[in-house]
Amino acid sequence: MTGQRLTYREALREAIREAMRADERVFLMGEDVGRYGGTYAVSLGLLEEFGPERIRDTPLSEATFVGAGIGAALGGMRPIVEVMTVNFSLLALDQIVNNAATLLHMSGGQLNVPLVIRMATGAGRQVAAQHSHSWEGWYAHVPGLRVVAPATIEDARGMLATALADPDPVIVFEHATLYGMEGELPAGAGPVDIDRAAVRRAGEDVTLVAYGGTLRTALGAAEILAGDGISAEVLDLRTLRPLDTAAILESVARTRRAVVVDEAWRTGSLSAEVSARIMEGAFYDLDAPVARVCGAEVPMPYSYHLEQAALPQPSVVARVARELVAGGG
Amino acid sequence: MPSLGADMDAGTITEWRVSPGAQVRKGDVVAVVETDKADIEVEVFEDGVLEEIVVPAGRKVPVGTVLARIRAPGEAAAPSEAPAPPAAPPVSEAVAPPPEVPPPAVPRPRPPGRVRASPAARRRAEELGVDLAAVAGTGPEGAVTVADVERAAGAAPPSRSERRQAELRRRIGLLMARSKREIPHYYLEDEIDLGPLAAWLARENERRPVTRRLLPAALLVRAVALATREVPEMNGVFEGGAFRPSASAHVGIAISLRTGGLIAPAIHDVQDRGLDEVMEALRDLVVRARRGTLRASEMSDPTITVSNLGETGAARVYGVIYPPQVALVGFGRIRERPWAEGGAVTARPAVSVTLSADHRVSDGHRGSLFLAAIARRLSRPEEL
Repeated sequence: MTGQRLTYREALREAIREAMRADERVFLMGEDVGRYGGTYAVSLGLLEEFGPERIRDTPLSEATFVGAGIGAALGGMRPIVEVMTVNFSLLALDQIVNNAATLLHMSGGQLNVPLVIRMATGAGRQVAAQHSHSWEGWYAHVPGLRVVAPATIEDARGMLATALADPDPVIVFEHATLYGMEGELPAGAGPVDIDRAAVRRAGEDVTLVAYGGTLRTALGAAEILAGDGISAEVLDLRTLRPLDTAAILESVARTRRAVVVDEAWRTGSLSAEVSARIMEGAFYDLDAPVARVCGAEVPMPYSYHLEQAALPQPSVVARVARELVAGGG
Repeated sequence: MPSLGADMDAGTITEWRVSPGAQVRKGDVVAVVETDKADIEVEVFEDGVLEEIVVPAGRKVPVGTVLARIRAPGEAAAPSEAPAPPAAPPVSEAVAPPPEVPPPAVPRPRPPGRVRASPAARRRAEELGVDLAAVAGTGPEGAVTVADVERAAGAAPPSRSERRQAELRRRIGLLMARSKREIPHYYLEDEIDLGPLAAWLARENERRPVTRRLLPAALLVRAVALATREVPEMNGVFEGGAFRPSASAHVGIAISLRTGGLIAPAIHDVQDRGLDEVMEALRDLVVRARRGTLRASEMSDPTITVSNLGETGAARVYGVIYPPQVALVGFGRIRERPWAEGGAVTARPAVSVTLSADHRVSDGHRGSLFLAAIARRLSRPEEL
């Protein structure tokens, strides 16, 4: 059997389809997921296959349908709630943070919330300041949530099943520029873990830590660095909460240098957390200060070249990494 | 190719509704484009004559690609030299390098006399007894790095393979020290007459093609695996203060690496596999171990280890048990020995077998039964 070539969006659709066929408690709801097929066309064709009971178009009220998802999860269902983008999830923040994330604790362990929330995140599509956020670092701040960011076709295909099997809420962040990405899905690809980071490219001189949309940025930088004779290791975090600290420290202990690439704003970001953990756990292995390449701290500009200038670019990551390695051993 | 949605990177022309030479008017539908979401009709925004179709139906092209040319009324016909459609969407790298965004300035007080050195360099300097103040730094902002310290110490910075080698030795050291610290070893030894085995093997190999010949090692490994059925407390792991026997014998094979060092990956389920399969697995394991392409499961799974010194090895080996396993069987070199039996001495091929076992799990009586079981199995090679 050989692999199958498909897009990230198709991989997500296959994952939803398989989960719904396997378990009748699973259903999908969100804005335009039914008749329109999803804003990013992830659920295209699913209404025809599963009907309106299980593929549910909701009103434009994030707080309402995320709350309904929490209720359904408490009632024994396994809902997949699609919040169109992370930008609109702010309207459901109270439901997610104060209900989904806390009910297990508040009920003294009686109420699990087996809910999966999917949302698009990130910039790069010229949709300007209100529609280009990367709030996954905020969600990764909250105990009670598990936060994952599939950056590959295999993870897009495999993370959902594992997330649905989790008895507690899992938020899946799909970077909006990845939906059209094509790749090979190995034959027999199935559920994948949602605990561990993955080395996507092995290297010896510097570790580039990335996730979601910035994995491509880091891989591009590693390619540039290879041309300079610098061997960069690229670590894909995959799960943003809980962070796979051991994998980060293991890599940095070998390379002695790290660049954290994060599309979100630098201040108080996930990149800050990763940097702090490296300092706490690998201080005596470091041969240079941990560096970060983050999104510029501005409301996202609309114009293409300004937007690109505000986002981490492979050339910048490569330059920062080169400076860490330059003159070193 | 128009952008028909913010997340559209490319589209496929499924149909042209006009032919070259046709008159088109603003608002006419000229083609149908298939996107990831739907089929969408493409209109034109100019009046004129469709001069040329650049992208034929069926081809997928990036957003921004010229699909066709329209000649405005009164415009002279252009020479037909359409550039080929671009192969890939423009990537962000094509953008002029973004302006540098300097990190927020952090004041860095630098007390006079304090050496600027990386944490790793400080640790290495301490190990090598190097005075950091006397080392010229070549790292970021002139900081002393590990390489600077090593240069100053006169020690050439270790090469990649030296580092790997040092790391391997360090790991072996840690593991073996842990073994000797935690596992109360006891040792037993016996001599086994391999006369029947050598004779059987010679006969067997004679009728086999060279590539399928058996080595004694395969029989030794098989005998050990089968013997664990009789004495299960040799096969398993000791973890969390208790012994967990294993239903399967995953036999770790101690393999020396050409560059030095030792690893012991597993052949799984040896009890259920025939001699040929075990022989093949052995060959494969040795090749891959030396090439460095072992699988993680092979490294973590063994339930008992066999250390076989082979043709050029010493007469016997007293092995150190690999934690969390509880036993290691060592075979020395097979050699001809004077063998006394029934009042007569003859020359026989023989091998010394040693058992290193964990006293928390078994004792000498059970260990002896285990060695006897191995010997008995080796005396009947045709049953292996």
